[in-house]
Amino acid sequence: MPLRLLKYALSKDYPGTRFFKAHETPKKSYDVVIIGGGGHGLAAAYYLAKEHGITNVAVLEKGYIGGGNTGRNTTIVRSNYLTPEGVKFYDASVKIYEGLSEELDLNLFYSTRGHFTLAHTESAMRTMRWRAEVNKHVGVESYVVGPDEISKACPQLDMSCSGQAPILGALYHAPGSVARHDGVAWGYARGADQLGVEIFQNTEVLGIDVKAGKVVGVNTNKGYIATSKVLSAVAGFTPRICEMVDLDTPIVIHPLQACVTEPMKPWLDTILVSGSLHVYVSQSSRGELVMGSSLDPYEVHSTRSTLDFVEGLTSHMLDMFPFLSNIKVVRQWAGMADMTPDFAPIMGKTPIEGFYLDAGWGTWGFKATPISGKTMAETIARDHAPDLIHSFRLSRFEDYELTGEKGAASVGH
Amino acid sequence: MKLLTCPVNGTRPLSEFVFGGEYRVAPPADCTDAEWAAYVHNRSGAPGIKNEWWYHAPSGTWFIAERNTLTDKVMRTYLKGQEGSK
Ligand SMILES: Cc1cc2nc3c(=O)[nH]c(=O)nc-3n(C[C@H](O)[C@H](O)[C@H](O)COP(=O)(O)OP(=O)(O)OC[C@H]3O[C@@H](n4cnc5c(N)ncnc54)[C@H](O)[C@@H]3O)c2cc1C
Repeated sequence: MPLRLLKYALSKDYPGTRFFKAHETPKKSYDVVIIGGGGHGLAAAYYLAKEHGITNVAVLEKGYIGGGNTGRNTTIVRSNYLTPEGVKFYDASVKIYEGLSEELDLNLFYSTRGHFTLAHTESAMRTMRWRAEVNKHVGVESYVVGPDEISKACPQLDMSCSGQAPILGALYHAPGSVARHDGVAWGYARGADQLGVEIFQNTEVLGIDVKAGKVVGVNTNKGYIATSKVLSAVAGFTPRICEMVDLDTPIVIHPLQACVTEPMKPWLDTILVSGSLHVYVSQSSRGELVMGSSLDPYEVHSTRSTLDFVEGLTSHMLDMFPFLSNIKVVRQWAGMADMTPDFAPIMGKTPIEGFYLDAGWGTWGFKATPISGKTMAETIARDHAPDLIHSFRLSRFEDYELTGEKGAASVGH
Repeated sequence: MKLLTCPVNGTRPLSEFVFGGEYRVAPPADCTDAEWAAYVHNRSGAPGIKNEWWYHAPSGTWFIAERNTLTDKVMRTYLKGQEGSK
């Protein structure tokens, strides 16, 4: 490594290879056009090429890859959801994540920490028991623990939460992990690029051309591209893309904010979530505490951040960890979360032939990046959604077959 | 938007208000099942100027705000049925 570094330092021109080719002008047509160069769009491109041999694919990203929610999230990966459909789906994603650094030949800093969802009330304890049973039934390692075990795993935690909200127990989820979010986007981008997928940054889709109920092309700021298959993987921009094809969905956009402290020596091994205090926190490999809260209370299509958010969050952090009172928050930011009424995603085919949707990822979609890429690639290649994502289809709303995940997704993302 | 004007109580801090979602008109009772399901679940999610329900919690006042969801600027607020005033 030092030798390579030296070579970089002494060389006049940049000797490293680019992560992916910098394409400028798209071709006239592609077999598949993917809108959105976040983790989901790039993973779908990678699996289309790798598992289905479909390589004539363009990924169009209006900004830079990973600049959307992929690069803004707090990177919690877990599968301790509430519905068996959800648990199975997210578990499949965790399993891919565990081997993903190897597969993509890139260190994703995937770090399995264990994940505690704290319960401060009897009713919260009931939800934890419910989730533990569903998880065990599907073969996922989750169980309810008491205050002693929590204290042992995190001795710094004030178990009475400043006397405000004593901790009664928690749902413990052993596979809970954190990872380097932009590494995931860049790893999939490089993997897809090596297999022949073309990635275009600064390329915005302005319209989708639909004739007789079928997709025939997309309009972009770099001209028209003919294609019969379009995947929308744009998270917070989903309603704008759906408007282009006159498709109504239940998705509404609320900002979700996060912040980090200055770096500290490592002291927090686990990931902690408290629904009652609206806090979740982990310590990054850089030593910063990465913290988030619940969704902003009303619809805004913007990534503005607010003082209310940091004030509320840090006051609850101090209930849990009074010794942090001298630690500074150094950065805060927001993403646009594409929320669904049942806190489950919307994936698969739509009434428009050739228009595929990967959306409704709200506050919980980073952990699903690998499995959503894989299942959406299969949906596009076969024009048929695999069973694993059947419960997430758009038509579930018309069928009144919602997949209620709120109890497992509303604060702990 | 950090302040919001309640049509009854005047301009107050946003923390006194609760967002109630977009103001929508229900389809007629004899609509199709698909139309009803769309009304129940679907929302106009794209950004733009929308009429929304807001609630001033301390005084228990429901009212409507016309707001741009892209810029978060409020054009006006009024009590339902009194759109004409102001
Ligand atoms: C603060 C915060 C914390 C979160 N924490 C977690 C967490 O701990 N765990 C978890 O699992 N999830 C979490 N999430 C959710 C997660 O970040 C998202 O669900 C996930 O990253 C979505 O990935 P994506 O690839 O679908 O979308 P994005 O990464 O948002 O990518 C979409 C891309 O589409 C591009 N785009 C949009 N419109 C167009 C257009 N017209 N033309 C071309 N390109 C376009 C955008 O520029 C963007 O880059 C969090 C989200 C936020 C905001």
